[in-house]
Amino acid sequence: MRHIIAMLMENEPGSLSRVAGLFSARGYNIHSLCVAPTEDPTVSRLTLVTREKDEGIVEQITKQLNKLVDVIKVLDLTEGEHVERAIMLVKVRATGARREELKRLSDIFRGRILDVSSSTYTIEVTGVGEKLDAFIDALEPKSILEVVRSGALGIGRGTKSLRV
Amino acid sequence: MELTGAQILCRFLKDEGVEYVFGYPGGSVLFIYDELYKQDAVKHILVRHEQGATHMADGYARATGKPGVVLVTSGPGATNAVTGIATAYMDSIPMVVITGQVPTQAIGSDAFQEVDSVGITRPCVKHNFLVKDVKDLTQTLKKAFHVATSGRPGPVVVDIPKDVTALKADYVYPTAVEMRSYNPVTRGHGGQIKKALKLILGAKRPMVYSGGGVVLGESSAELTEVVQQLGYPITSTLMGLGAYPGADRQFLGMLGMHGTYEANMAMHGCDVLIAIGARFDDRVVGDVKKFCPKAKIIHIDIDPASISKVVKVHIPIVGGVKEVLEELLAALKTTEQQRDEDALAGWWQQIEEWRAKKCLSYANSSELIKPQAVLEALYKLTDGDAYVASDVGQHQMFAAQYYPFKEPRRWINSGGLGTMGFGLPAAMGVQFAYPDETVACITGDGSIMMCIQELATAKQYGLPVKILSLNNGYLGMVRQWQEFFYDKNYSQSYMETLPDFVKLAESFGHVGLRIDKAADVEGALKEALSRKDDLVFMDFITDPSENVYPMMEAGKGHNEMLLRELA
Repeated sequence: MRHIIAMLMENEPGSLSRVAGLFSARGYNIHSLCVAPTEDPTVSRLTLVTREKDEGIVEQITKQLNKLVDVIKVLDLTEGEHVERAIMLVKVRATGARREELKRLSDIFRGRILDVSSSTYTIEVTGVGEKLDAFIDALEPKSILEVVRSGALGIGRGTKSLRV
Repeated sequence: MELTGAQILCRFLKDEGVEYVFGYPGGSVLFIYDELYKQDAVKHILVRHEQGATHMADGYARATGKPGVVLVTSGPGATNAVTGIATAYMDSIPMVVITGQVPTQAIGSDAFQEVDSVGITRPCVKHNFLVKDVKDLTQTLKKAFHVATSGRPGPVVVDIPKDVTALKADYVYPTAVEMRSYNPVTRGHGGQIKKALKLILGAKRPMVYSGGGVVLGESSAELTEVVQQLGYPITSTLMGLGAYPGADRQFLGMLGMHGTYEANMAMHGCDVLIAIGARFDDRVVGDVKKFCPKAKIIHIDIDPASISKVVKVHIPIVGGVKEVLEELLAALKTTEQQRDEDALAGWWQQIEEWRAKKCLSYANSSELIKPQAVLEALYKLTDGDAYVASDVGQHQMFAAQYYPFKEPRRWINSGGLGTMGFGLPAAMGVQFAYPDETVACITGDGSIMMCIQELATAKQYGLPVKILSLNNGYLGMVRQWQEFFYDKNYSQSYMETLPDFVKLAESFGHVGLRIDKAADVEGALKEALSRKDDLVFMDFITDPSENVYPMMEAGKGHNEMLLRELA
């Protein structure tokens, strides 16, 4: 099953490599990883997505992450109601009649055109992974010039929050 | 008070109560060595190889419970220390390793003797630090000692660039340390303890399986009291030996790959398993699918990640072994629940039948020296009170089997990583801590060669370690596996050109004895033990065909042991 694990950690050099090193040393899978400082510059928030069939391994992953000395808190968001988002930027070839068609497609996906040239659009789409996949599928494969995607970010629903 | 980084380090070590620093100088740590030279509160022990420094600090830590401290230079100094750091990590030994680093502005430029020490050690430390600002040095050192010694202990590396040791900052010894991201639990969950007690007292075929965590958690007395009050059988891992008195009737011996028949059969047959400070290592468990098939399992451990890592447990209790056992003991005194005496009597009867197989018997010889006989003689002559440090291989298993330890922290061996070369420096570390005690190093002709250079350090500091080398001319454990599982193809396991160990010992200024007749074993040991001030190297020429029994092959169950066939 797919798990989204959110964690708070000390914003120190090397913190990220401890997490990445843990995954490679113990043979756990990382599907995506996002990390940035929070409103408190001493704290980073890291969101990682892992796909493990064995729930025992997911339990080990959260325990091993908790064990890292730099890690303040770990939460498996998939255990509760949560919201998730990822962002994608796509540069597509846009000429002639295709310009109007791409604009419409972008609107359907609530995308925004960030940059325009005489022959290209750069479109921003946000949403869950499946939505981003669907947008890619809707594009003519030959028209795609470049794709950049973030990993998933997640936050729990309701009043509870993950804080230091 | 403004001090240089090097002065801060020396002052801090003194204020932290550090007795010994095991180390080796080099370019990046010269400011530190200059300050060490100007003080005498902290004694520096000059080793002959950085691996030796880490094992010495490790042996010191295992015997005393205090953190071992190591100081090495950047680059090769740090990489040579890695084996010792990993050894300590696998056995959760508190250690602080200070590595020199090239100056901050040179980091990343492939400078002379530069390696990414923090990167290289990251997977084999509990935590590590790179100190980039001298203002952070004191706090970082305090954190390092705190992390190394609290919770589940382990080695911590502090990497200090050379310029940081020369720059100045204020120094005040920090009495407290606060880390929002690191707060290990100590007290166990009351509800879980209650549930566990109910299961424990209701058991018909109980078994206690204790590990190194009991030794590390200083809870040998509590363990002994709980087990004796329950009257239940107990086995121990290699790392836990001595936590429960080895000669007591309730003790079934070590379990696992070279455990006793009775311990392993009782594991297989038990209905309630009480695991205390043990981590279900593969050498203990064998085939996970065949492990304790009838048992409900209780697991007490300070490290939540150890729980249900290998074997799914039914009642986990996260907490310090000492705290949890104290609570268990209190609850045991007030409970009205009775044990199932009839079932227990039957269980003990069954265990005694297994024990009657005498799985550790061997055919002693009047000619060839049997390695087991050397250990038995050592046990007899030291009254079981020696500190015994061991290397890795057959001799290590013989020591674990034939020297039943009475007390914790007497048995010093590399269990998790299985590091050959560990024995001699570790024994020396123990001898530094306890200069008047008998410290024996059990080794073999393979292992001893891996840190043989430390004989020079032993001479320099007058350490009277007694080395018992069980010399069979083979890498005995490798040879045994090749005999059993690789068609007797003794590939590279024969030591063709061994040195004359007597002359070797003598060349370092020690006493060497060569013993090749069974009849001379006791006499040689007596002589060695009577030489209180000398390091004595005993080269016992032992039966090269001897194997370690019983044996549970890798991937088998506890009830599928190979036993020694006696003629």
